Order: sequence, then structure tokens, then C-alpha cells
Amino acid sequence: MTVTKKKAPSKSTGKANGSIKRRAKPKIAVWKFASCDGCQLSLLGCEDDLLDVVGEIEIAYFLEATTTVVKGPYDISFVEGSITTDHDVHRIRKIRQQSKKLITIGACATSGGIQALRNFADVDDYIRAVYARPDFITTLRTSTPIQEHVPVDYELRGCPINKAELLEVINATLNNRVPNIAHTSQCVECKKKGTVCLMVAKGIPCLGPVTHTGCGNLCPSTDRGCFGCFGPSEAPNGASLGRQLEKLGMTKREVRDFFRSYNANAGAFRKTSEAYD
Amino acid sequence: MTSSHGAVGQAHSKAHSAKETSIPVGTKVVIDEAGLSALFSRLIKIGYQPIGPKVRDGAVVYEEISSPSDLPVGFSDEQEGGKYRLVPGTKGSFFEYLVGPTSWKKFLFPPRHKMWSADRDGKGFTVENPTDDAPAYAFIGVRSCELNAMKIQDKVFGFGREDKCGAGIFSDPGYVARRSKALIIGVNCSRAGKTCFCSSMGGDPHMKEGQGYDLTLTEFAPSNGKHEFMMEVGSERGALILDLLPHREARSADVSMADSQARKARGEMGRKMVPDVKDVLPRNLRHQRWDEVAERCLSCANCTMVCPTCFCSTVNDTTDLKGDHAERWRSWDSCFSIDFSYIHGGAIRRETKSRYRQWMTHKLSNWHEQYGTSGCVGCGRCITWCPVGIDITEEAKAIKNTGE
Repeated sequence: MTVTKKKAPSKSTGKANGSIKRRAKPKIAVWKFASCDGCQLSLLGCEDDLLDVVGEIEIAYFLEATTTVVKGPYDISFVEGSITTDHDVHRIRKIRQQSKKLITIGACATSGGIQALRNFADVDDYIRAVYARPDFITTLRTSTPIQEHVPVDYELRGCPINKAELLEVINATLNNRVPNIAHTSQCVECKKKGTVCLMVAKGIPCLGPVTHTGCGNLCPSTDRGCFGCFGPSEAPNGASLGRQLEKLGMTKREVRDFFRSYNANAGAFRKTSEAYD
Repeated sequence: MTSSHGAVGQAHSKAHSAKETSIPVGTKVVIDEAGLSALFSRLIKIGYQPIGPKVRDGAVVYEEISSPSDLPVGFSDEQEGGKYRLVPGTKGSFFEYLVGPTSWKKFLFPPRHKMWSADRDGKGFTVENPTDDAPAYAFIGVRSCELNAMKIQDKVFGFGREDKCGAGIFSDPGYVARRSKALIIGVNCSRAGKTCFCSSMGGDPHMKEGQGYDLTLTEFAPSNGKHEFMMEVGSERGALILDLLPHREARSADVSMADSQARKARGEMGRKMVPDVKDVLPRNLRHQRWDEVAERCLSCANCTMVCPTCFCSTVNDTTDLKGDHAERWRSWDSCFSIDFSYIHGGAIRRETKSRYRQWMTHKLSNWHEQYGTSGCVGCGRCITWCPVGIDITEEAKAIKNTGE
């Protein structure tokens, strides 16, 4: 049941259906930190479904989609990207203060993203290698997920996120229920779909057994091993998988780099790759 | 196969409405490739959807098939802990392969299944039970261990039990409907693989009379243009179908050829389960081996997904965006997932060690108390399809040899 007694925001009207009051349209904001915008694009990529979504919400802040800005507070904030500057640190705190619910979307926001490779190196070396005037650059030494800075209500994994899962998170949040999103390994998804295990049947290295489900087994179903876009599963055993990857012919360095990509900074992946340093 | 279940399929009744047969259950005949082709066309004609082995993505999987040319012709396989490879087999053979990653449970107990839906209706809501529109399956190529697995799941889902809700006896209507309609055409194993151990789980590579098949085939390896199969009738349904196929009576030479094939396969079992595992495991719940296996276990749930008897599921409720339509879905889950043991306050099996121990002790020990049988049929899938090759027979042996 979705009976709400919340006061409706100015623009929305509580429609009646039978005697059940319609919920008020929640105010939604979408924020960007260090990221490629791909996860925000997943929201815009919802296309037909997006029309249904905007019928149920009020988009109050979403620069990727509209220049119209409605002031906070917001009912739900979606946050894309990782924290890489001092400015980011201050901004995320402000956003948290203005948001009833804060949901992080994508590998950058949930683990630090590919830019967290700097966490394993000296960021000054990178700056000197990339910029003509390194002295113009001010940045933190690390790229870190949002939940290291503020409390997060829900994390949606993926690089990029799966739009069906995003719709499910929006849907569940609007209907006050827990999102139906499993935290098991990719293998469960492969087996349910009938995708033949690449590692067992072909000896192809795959991070599936330690990777969070959710992508719709994009890679294994097209003959590619999983490379961990959705980060660690709920109970990853990176050490054991690492040993198996070596048996399949990967060098120690290859194993390290396999675990060190889009979710390099995610706990279990980080621990495994560091063991191979 | 009994006719006591109300949900007989179209195919079932069509087969029965055919002319009476004089072929008794237990009859052994021989058919050739033309006979096998005729079997497929006959099944399709009377309304069955044939499901059987097919090569896809480097493995033999069970999918919809429509003729013998869809079978894994000329393929065999090699299996070891964590390793499966399709290899060339006897030229022209249809059934030389052994069990692969799929099992028949995918059809009888689908990975995702809608239980009901509900729509908002004024002040309340209306519930709708979905109709099960699964066709009558003809499972072609069911192995002896797989038929045993099906009989284990029958107990779990209540196939063959009369519903007595008041007494707490009830069955899963979808499973019972699909299972009642399904025709089982077994295939005897001409060999055993390195991860096979049906013999030590009370099974046998060749089916026995009364095991529950409708028809069963023993393939005689093709040579000099001759490719024959001994067919045994296991039910009246099977007899009615056989009656319409070109066949000849089996001679004693055919029967002894099948017997020697069975002996050969028995002798090739690659693995063996310790005989008293049912009693060994509960005595050793604190054995150090559980810690050791947890070091290797990926907690990925592959073993439970490929297991033909594992039946655990989770139930999720979904809504549409407006919250006017809700659905309840059941989908495969695993004792290796943390949420699976979630009760008020948190999950009770948080460590991989506890989850592996739960799986193995349930499968090999507690299952007996629950269902009067072991939960393992010795098909070896959990060994082959474990990405790191954890071997349930090896774990059992280690615990027995070093435990109490």
C-alpha cells in the first residue's frame, strides 16, 4: 500500500483512486562527481520507461537533462561519481544535508571508479605525466566512494549501472519497498539464464565467481570472461579465484591487473590485487 | 508414472486415445536411426515438446530439439574437478556425452516463476493466479542419475502425494502439472566420467525396470553403417509410442551387449563417495576440514545451481511504478547466498565455512531425515562445474579419515 500523509510539493497534486490517496510526487535530484556521466545517461537511456518515471516524480535537479533547477531539500538524491577533490568533500556533505534519501549509482560512486587507480600510485606522477602545468591542478591523493564521506541509503553497482536495476531502485523507493536486487555472484545469473561457464568449459579467465550480479551477464553470454564491472559480490573469495586464474595461465601481474580496474578500490578486489603487488 | 494426477496434458491424453497396444511394460526391442527419427516426429505429432541434449557454447545443454540431427552427434566430453571439455567421440554417436551443466530441473522447477499477481481495485485488490501454460515435455536423454534426481525433487515438490492441506501435506501445483505431463525417455550411459559416482550413491549407469522411465534407450556404437538402439518399455504411455515406431524384437545378443556396456560403465566411475557419509558428517561439525574448504570455496553457488536436486528458492514481490500492480516471483536461490539464511536480526550463516557445511551436511546427511533419501545422486556436476574444482567426495573422505 502506498498511502502517504506527506505534504505534497507545490507542483504536484495528490490524485485519488477510489478512496486511496495518491502519494505526492517526490523531488528528485541527480548529482555528478568524478565520473564519465555514463550512469546518468543510463537514466536518460530508460527512454519509454522514463516517461512513466517522470510522471511519478518531479525532477528538481538534473543538469544532464535540464537546466531548470529547483531548490532543495530533495526527497531522493542520486549521486554519480567519486570524491577526488576538497571541493567534492564539501559539496557531498551539503547534498546529504538536503536529501532525505541518498542513493549512489555506479562504480565511481560506490567504489571510487577507474580513477581510484591513483590510490595505488603517486598522484603527482600522474599529474606530471598528463598536464602541461601541473601547478594548476589541485586534487586529493585518492579517489573514494561516497559512503566514505557521508551516510548512503542505497548503493547501486555497475560500470555503468543496469537501467533495469535503476528502474527497480526508483520503483522500490517510490513504493517504500526494498529493491529486488540480489547480491550474489555473477555465476547465479549465468546459471539461471543457462549461460555455459566459460571458465570451466573453455578455460577463459572470469571474475564472475567473485563479482556482484546485475549486468545481465553481458560478457559471459558473448564468450568473454566477466571483468568485474559490478564490483565484489557479497562473499568474494579473491584469493582462491586468483590461484585458479594462475592455473588457467595468467601471470601474477595479469591477475593483479584483472582485479584492479573499474572497481580497483572496492574492498575485496583491492585486497586481492594488493596481494599480487 | 501414474494416472492419478488430474493435470494430464494434451499429449498425454492424445497418446492414450491412440489404439490399444499389446506391448507389455518391460518389452525390449531394437530400433535404428530411422526409428529414432520416427520417435521425434511421433512425439511432436501427438503434442509433446521434445527437450534434449544439444551442443551449445562448448557444452552439451538441454534445450528444445526437434530431430536426431539436433543431438550432439559424434561428441564426447572429458570432465575433471573444475574442468569440462567437449571432445570428438565415436563418429555418428548420439549419446556418448555425459551429463553437462543443465539439468531437467530447469524445466520442472523453472529458474524464475510467477506465483501470482494482484491489481489495485477500489479499496482493495484482486489476486490473479497465473495459468501454467508449459507444454507437455518429452525429455529425451534422461540419464539414470538424473531420473533418480527427479524422483528426489518429486518428494520435495510433492509429486505423487495426495494433497491434505489440513495435515500439512501439500504439493507445488506447477511442478506436479509439468511433471505429470512429462514423458521420460531415458538413455543408458555407455561410459562413466572422471567425476561420476552414481554407483556409490545407490544408482547405476543403466536404468532398472520400475525406475520411472516411459522408454529407455541403450545406444550401440555405430559401425559399418549400422546404428542401433535397444529400447525398453517402462510404462503404458511408452508402449503406446513404441507401437508406432519401426522396430524389431531384441535378441539375446542385444541384451548381453547392453549388459556388458553397463559393466564397463560401472567399472569406470571416476569418483566414489564414502559409504557411511550420512553418519560421518554430523559427528564432525567442528572438523578443521570445513575451514580448509572455506579457503577454497568461492561461495559462488555454482554447485547448487547445477545440482539436479537442489531446490532452494527465494520469493520477491515487485510493483509497477504507480504501485497499482504487484507480482510475486519465485526464483532459484542457494544456501551459498547470505540472504538465504536471513532471519530477523541478520543472516545466520555468515561465513563461507557455515554455508559450505550447511550444503554438504544437508545434501548427504540431513536429507535422509527430511525425505528418506540422500540428496545426492552422484552425477558429479558440483565437482565439474565448481570453478575451483572442490570435490564433495574428496571432502567427505577427508573428514571421515581424519575425523571422529
